[in-house]
Amino acid sequence: MTGAPVRTLLLWCPDWPVLAAEIVDGVPATDPVVVLHANRVVACSERARAEGVRRGLRRREAQGRCPQLTVVDHDPDRDARAFEPVVAAVEEVAAGVEVLRPGVCALAARGPSRYLGGEEAAAERIIEHVAQTCAVESQAGVADGVFAAGLAAREGRIVPPGGSPEFLATRPVEALGRPALADLLRRLGVRTLGEFAALPAGDVLARFGFDGALAHRLAAGRDHRPLAVRRPPADLTVTADYDEPVDRVDAAAFAARTLAEHLHERLAGYGLACTRLGIEAVTAHGQELHRVWRHDGLLTAAAIADRVRWQLDGWLSGSNGRGGARPARPTAGIIRLRLVPDGVLAQAGLQSGLWGETGEERERAHRALSRVQGILGPEAVVTAVLGGGRSPADQVRLVPWGDERQPARPGEPALPGGPARGGSGAARPGAVAASGGVTRLGRSTRSQRAVPVPPWPGRIPPPTPAVVLSTPLLAGVHDAAGGPVVVSARLAVSAAPARLVVGGGPPAEIVGWAGPWPVDERWWASAEARRRARFQVCLADGAALLLAVEGGQWLVEAIYD
Amino acid sequence: MAGRMVVGSAALAELVRPASAPDPAGGHRVLPVRPELTGLLPHRGLRRGSTIAVGVGQPRRSGGTSLVLALLAEASRAGSWCAVVGVPTFGAGAAAEAGIALDRLALVPNPGPEWPTVVAALIDGVDVVVTAVPTAVSASVANRLAARARQRGSVLVPYGRWDGADVTLQVVRGVWEGLGAGRGRLRRREVTVSARGRGAAARPKEIKVWLPGDELTRVIPRAAGGVAGVPTATPAPPRFRVVAGGPAARPRTLAGSA
Repeated sequence: MTGAPVRTLLLWCPDWPVLAAEIVDGVPATDPVVVLHANRVVACSERARAEGVRRGLRRREAQGRCPQLTVVDHDPDRDARAFEPVVAAVEEVAAGVEVLRPGVCALAARGPSRYLGGEEAAAERIIEHVAQTCAVESQAGVADGVFAAGLAAREGRIVPPGGSPEFLATRPVEALGRPALADLLRRLGVRTLGEFAALPAGDVLARFGFDGALAHRLAAGRDHRPLAVRRPPADLTVTADYDEPVDRVDAAAFAARTLAEHLHERLAGYGLACTRLGIEAVTAHGQELHRVWRHDGLLTAAAIADRVRWQLDGWLSGSNGRGGARPARPTAGIIRLRLVPDGVLAQAGLQSGLWGETGEERERAHRALSRVQGILGPEAVVTAVLGGGRSPADQVRLVPWGDERQPARPGEPALPGGPARGGSGAARPGAVAASGGVTRLGRSTRSQRAVPVPPWPGRIPPPTPAVVLSTPLLAGVHDAAGGPVVVSARLAVSAAPARLVVGGGPPAEIVGWAGPWPVDERWWASAEARRRARFQVCLADGAALLLAVEGGQWLVEAIYD
Repeated sequence: MAGRMVVGSAALAELVRPASAPDPAGGHRVLPVRPELTGLLPHRGLRRGSTIAVGVGQPRRSGGTSLVLALLAEASRAGSWCAVVGVPTFGAGAAAEAGIALDRLALVPNPGPEWPTVVAALIDGVDVVVTAVPTAVSASVANRLAARARQRGSVLVPYGRWDGADVTLQVVRGVWEGLGAGRGRLRRREVTVSARGRGAAARPKEIKVWLPGDELTRVIPRAAGGVAGVPTATPAPPRFRVVAGGPAARPRTLAGSA
C-alpha cells in the first residue's frame, strides 16, 4: 500500500433507478416517480423530491406528500441492464471502466485526461458522449481515490491532485454510506470526515472494528483500492444470417458445418475449448429454438454439424415426441443460425489414453455410434455410468453417447471391477469396496479423488443382478398355507414365503429366501420418500429374483439372470 | 478366413498393436475370453467375423445375460469396444462386476423397427455387437448381418434364437448358492453351458462354470480355506489375478467336455 491513491474519474447518473425505469419500462422520469424496495423509497425523481419525497420514506408517507406519485418496483436487474449501454458509451471514449453499481462507474483519470487535454475536458467529453449516445444525464467528478471521486461527482467538482483530504474534511460523516457508524459518530460528537480522520487509527480499529478502520482510511482520503477494471468478455458466438430461408435440414447442417469451422478458429485463437455448445436457430417468423449440447471431449466441426442436424430434424419433423416437450413445428425457413460456446475452458489438449484406448478403434467406434445416433436420435445410444445408490437401478445412469459421463448420485460403484482391482477378493457385503474408480479414463481423473463419497448403507450386496427391470413387475408372495406374506412396520415377516406369483402367471415355489432388508429413502421429502423392504428369493426352477415390498405390494425389481 | 494372408505394409500394421491388447499365439484375429469359457469356443476365443449365438432358455431362469457378460468381459478389458442392442433391462452394474469397461460399452436399448440398420452400422465400427433378436427376423436379414460381421471383422453375438451361427451357447442349468430359508444371500451360481455349432465346433460340449463367481462375495479371507457351506474344495483364484501360464487359471472348469 504505497503511493498516492489512483486519480479517479467517476461518472454518476443521478436517480439511476428512476432513469432505468424510464429507459426499460417507459415510465416518464419527468413526472413524480419513486422506486420502492420493501415498502421504502429507494430513489425518486426530481419532481417528487420537490414535493418533499425523500429516500427511506414509506409508500404511504410518500403518497401523502405527493398524491400523483407513480410507484415503480425496485429491480436491480433492470438497473444493471439499462446501465450497460452507458458503460459501453464510456468505453468508446476511455478504456478500463469499472462499474461500481448501476448508475455509477469509475475509470482511471490519467489516460483520458492526457489524451483529451486535461481532466475537465475529459470529463466534459465523456458526459457529452453519454448524453448523445444514450440520452442519459450524468455528472462527473475527479479526485484521488474512488470514494473522494464519488463525493466530487455529486457536486460535479474536480478536486486538485492531493486535495482530497481537505475536500473530504468538511463533508458530514453520513457521506461514508454507513448509517450505523455515522449515527454512532454523531453521538460521539464527531460530525465531519475531517474530525473522524483525526482520530488515531489504532483506536478506531479497536473501537469500530475492521469496517470502521476502512471507513477511517476513506475519510482520510487514503483510498488505495485499485480500480477493478471490467474486461469486456471475448465474444465467441458465431452467427450466420441467411437471406434465403433455409428450409431443408441437410442444407442447414451443411451451413452449420462452415459455421462450426469459424467457431473452432475463433476458439483456437483464444486458446479455448468449449464443453457445452448452444445451438440457436431462428426462423423467418421469429420462432427460436435453442438447445445446449454437452460433450465430454471437443466437438469437431462434423460433430457440431451432426448436432445441428439432430436438433433441426427433431424440430422440423415434430415427431419423436418422447416426453412430449418438443416445440411446435416451425412455420418458416431458418434465417439465422448461431453457435454459442458455453462452459469455455482453456484448452490443455485432449489427453489420449496411455494404452491406445483413444486410437483408431475409438475413432471407428465413435463414427459407428454417431451414425446410429443419426438414425435413431441422440438419446437412443447411451452409455452407463455407475454411481452410488441403494437399488441396482439407482446406481446406473444412462447418458447419451458423447455426453459427459457424470454419475447421477455420488458414490463409488459397488464394485467397479476391472484391472485396477488389485486382488482384494474379500469385499464385505455393504461395505465400500476399496478401489480406485477405474471407469473414468485419462483426462477426467483430475478432480475425482478429493470428494468424499457417501457409503450408501443398505444397498444390495454383490453380485448385482444382470437384468434390472425399468418398471418393476407386480407380484404376490404367499406362505405355505396360501395366505399373503406381510411385512410389518417393524420388519417382522408374517410367515416364510413359499410361493411367488408374478403377474398372472402360475405360482412358483420359493426354495430359498433372505430378507427383509429395509430401505427408507428421502423420508425428509414427503413427495420422494420411499420405504421398502427387499428380499432375495430363489425359486425351484433355479431362478433368483430381487423382490421388494412397498406399501403392502410385492414387486420384482430385478432378476439375477 | 481369407484375411489371414497379409502382405507388405498391411503385415506391419498387423504387428503394431496397442499394449492393452497383448496377443499370444492366436493373433488378434481372436478376441480373448475368460479362461473358463475357452473350451467352449472353437478358437478358444471370439474369432473376429464369427457369429456366436447365446440361446435364451425359459424366461427368468436362463442365465443367458450373465453368460453374455462373461463372454464380453475379457475382450472389453483388453480394449475392445462393445455394443448391446435391444436389451432395455441390461444391468450395467453386473456388467461392471463382470469386468466390462463401461466407457467402451454402448447401449442401444430400443432400436425399434430400424434394428437391422442399427446392427449393421454398429458392426462397421464396434468389435463385439450383442443384440437381442427380435421375434421376426427373416433368414435373409440374418445372413446379411452375419456376412457383414464376417467382412468387417467384428463379432456378432445374437442373444436369442439365431439359425446359422458358428457356435450356439446355451445355458442348460443354473444353481444358486448362498441362500437358505430366511438367511444368507446369493453368492454364486453354478451354470452348465452347452455349445454346439458347425465346422470345428460341431461336436457338442458342455462345461460348468461359476457365473457369477464367488470372488465378489467371499467374506472369509482366502487364507482361511473354503467358505462355509460351499462344497467345492479349492477356492478359485480371483478372476483378475494374472496367473503365469494359461491352463493354471482354469481350476474352475469343473467338468470337461460331455
